[in-house]
Amino acid sequence: MKELRLMKGNEAVAEGAIRAGTDGYFGYPITPQSEVMEYLMAEQPEKRTGMVVLQAESEVASINMVYGAASTGKRVMTSSSSPGISLMQEGISYCAGAELPCLVVNVVRGGPGLGTIQPSQADYFQSVKGGGHGDYRLIVLAPASVQEMFDFVFLGYDLAFKYRNPILILSDGLIGQMMEKVELCEQRPRNTVFDPSWTLTGKTPDRERNIITSLDLDASQQEKHNQHLQEKYRKAEAEEVRYEELQTEDADYLFVAYGSSARICQKAIQLGREKGIKIGLLRPITLWPFPKKPLAAIAPRLKGILSVEQSAGQMIEDVKLSVGCGIRVEHYGRMGGMIPSPEEVLENFEKLFIKK
Amino acid sequence: MDIKDIIKPENLVYQKTKLMTDKPLSYCPGCGHGTAHRILMEVIEEMDIQSETIGVAPVGCSVLAYDFMNVDMVGAAHGRAPAVATGIKRCWPEKFVYTYQGDGDLAAIGTAETIHAANRGENITVIFINNGIYGMTGGQMAPTTLEGMKTSTSPYGRDLHSMGNPLKMSELLAQLPGVHYVTRQSVHSPRNVRRAKKAIRAAFEVQKANKGFSLVEIVSNCNSGWKLEPVPANEWMEENMFPYYPLGDIKVDGKLIVNQ
Ligand SMILES: Cc1ncc(C[n+]2csc(CCOP(=O)(O)OP(=O)(O)O)c2C)c(N)n1
Ligand code: SF4
Ligand SMILES: [Mg+2]
Repeated sequence: MKELRLMKGNEAVAEGAIRAGTDGYFGYPITPQSEVMEYLMAEQPEKRTGMVVLQAESEVASINMVYGAASTGKRVMTSSSSPGISLMQEGISYCAGAELPCLVVNVVRGGPGLGTIQPSQADYFQSVKGGGHGDYRLIVLAPASVQEMFDFVFLGYDLAFKYRNPILILSDGLIGQMMEKVELCEQRPRNTVFDPSWTLTGKTPDRERNIITSLDLDASQQEKHNQHLQEKYRKAEAEEVRYEELQTEDADYLFVAYGSSARICQKAIQLGREKGIKIGLLRPITLWPFPKKPLAAIAPRLKGILSVEQSAGQMIEDVKLSVGCGIRVEHYGRMGGMIPSPEEVLENFEKLFIKK
Repeated sequence: MDIKDIIKPENLVYQKTKLMTDKPLSYCPGCGHGTAHRILMEVIEEMDIQSETIGVAPVGCSVLAYDFMNVDMVGAAHGRAPAVATGIKRCWPEKFVYTYQGDGDLAAIGTAETIHAANRGENITVIFINNGIYGMTGGQMAPTTLEGMKTSTSPYGRDLHSMGNPLKMSELLAQLPGVHYVTRQSVHSPRNVRRAKKAIRAAFEVQKANKGFSLVEIVSNCNSGWKLEPVPANEWMEENMFPYYPLGDIKVDGKLIVNQ
């Protein structure tokens, strides 16, 4: 029988964490994602599955606890919001360099600085272009519903272990705080088998000691390691692109939007179609790897593309790179925690593309 | 007598622990790090816990500790070893977890992680090598650098008014209820090496008994950073470091040792 529940996005992440068989969660409170740890503490998952939940002294400590815990081969995660995620960047870079599977959830709020506690999508560059130091990539999943907040915890772990790489769920305050119906799946068992080729379980006589590190002082070796990482990223680009198309078959114009902006755009498209303007939506689900090819495939049929983001225009750079110079690409967005209404999106689209 | 007559099991007085790899140590001649590594590995061998032990290396001269220590290990970011160890220990509560950290790592950039791991009573063991300086990066001032001590970033000597006071981390940590065992040792003489090894054993026994946080500070030399040859470096350490960082137990069985 289906198990349905009305939940906040943040609660769905927390319930997803328990059901996905997470072994350890390490976090630090910050609005608008504090419900993740609050829910976990109230649920007492150590009684349900044996999962450990620890409130760390900072986001720096949280991500380094994740780094240590991930080196045991267990399923581990943290969550935070923008300023906290900025603090984690050194640790995330270490996780990528040392090839540790783990899950990081960013429920984005407006910045820069302390900014605001309202929703925003201004951490796109930080998420998909690196964030921390060095040549590394995160697979970035962008949920657009409370259901996806739940589901992407499972998907995140699958990808994390497939690639031995940190996975970022890039959500925002709107998706984190809103309530929707969620279909919950069965409890997944926690990991019981640990890959003896790299996990830290204690050196036994039958194998060499395992070492987890991102350091190689020999530049030629470090370059080799970098090449290995790049191969992994190329594989992810080939295999992991996820996106959703809505009413693109007959579309003259296309909105590209992810997360909460995609939800707003769905309504804006409907309003546009009521007026006879055929607009479609491409919603990237993976922001990295970005759905370049699907976008390039639709572009020749279109008169124009609007990238709709709650930022000054960050994803638009990837949209432009995907479609080239042959088509007009514009941005519309609000900043600092302001959320555009569907009417506002449509009106600004019309200003840019219809009413000259 | 032929040499073959001497090399017999019954004549064996010392053997390198199998828990040290054959890789030549990267430390400067005379440096205390190598000795500290050895006694730590001897303790793990004597307790027969290699298969249950996970070590955390710091950033500092001992960043490559995992090249020499034959146990499963992870290299932490600078200062974060206690958080990394916390993550491991929470996932493997039944295994032994230790960190090996310098004074810049533990007492400067990682102060918060150190204090909070201690305060939570994380059941881990910290080996803390205090040489009063940042050895790895070329001899800059550390929080533990003594008053008047010259380093590359305090070339006229540490001035307490502008640069602050040398930090006694062990005394500070010993105040915390989660901390079960704190001791300060050195490895500059055979007698001190034996004492330091006993202390490391005691710390691991605390962990075995699930009693909480244990820390062994080893006041050590950095002849390169101090710009002294090995023997004068040890003499300088006895004359200057030990009066400020007195050797001996600071907290045993969860109780502060007074007038030590
Ligand atoms: C975030 C960060 N900041 C600075 C450094 C540079 N760094 C490397 S080792 C070190 C100091 C190490 O000193 P200590 O912990 O006392 O170890 P020692 O070398 O003396 O044994 C510093 C500042 C770094 N690696 N990472
Ligand atoms: S620089 Fe100092 S601490 Fe580092 S190996 Fe040399 S003597 Fe030891
Ligand atoms: Mg030092």
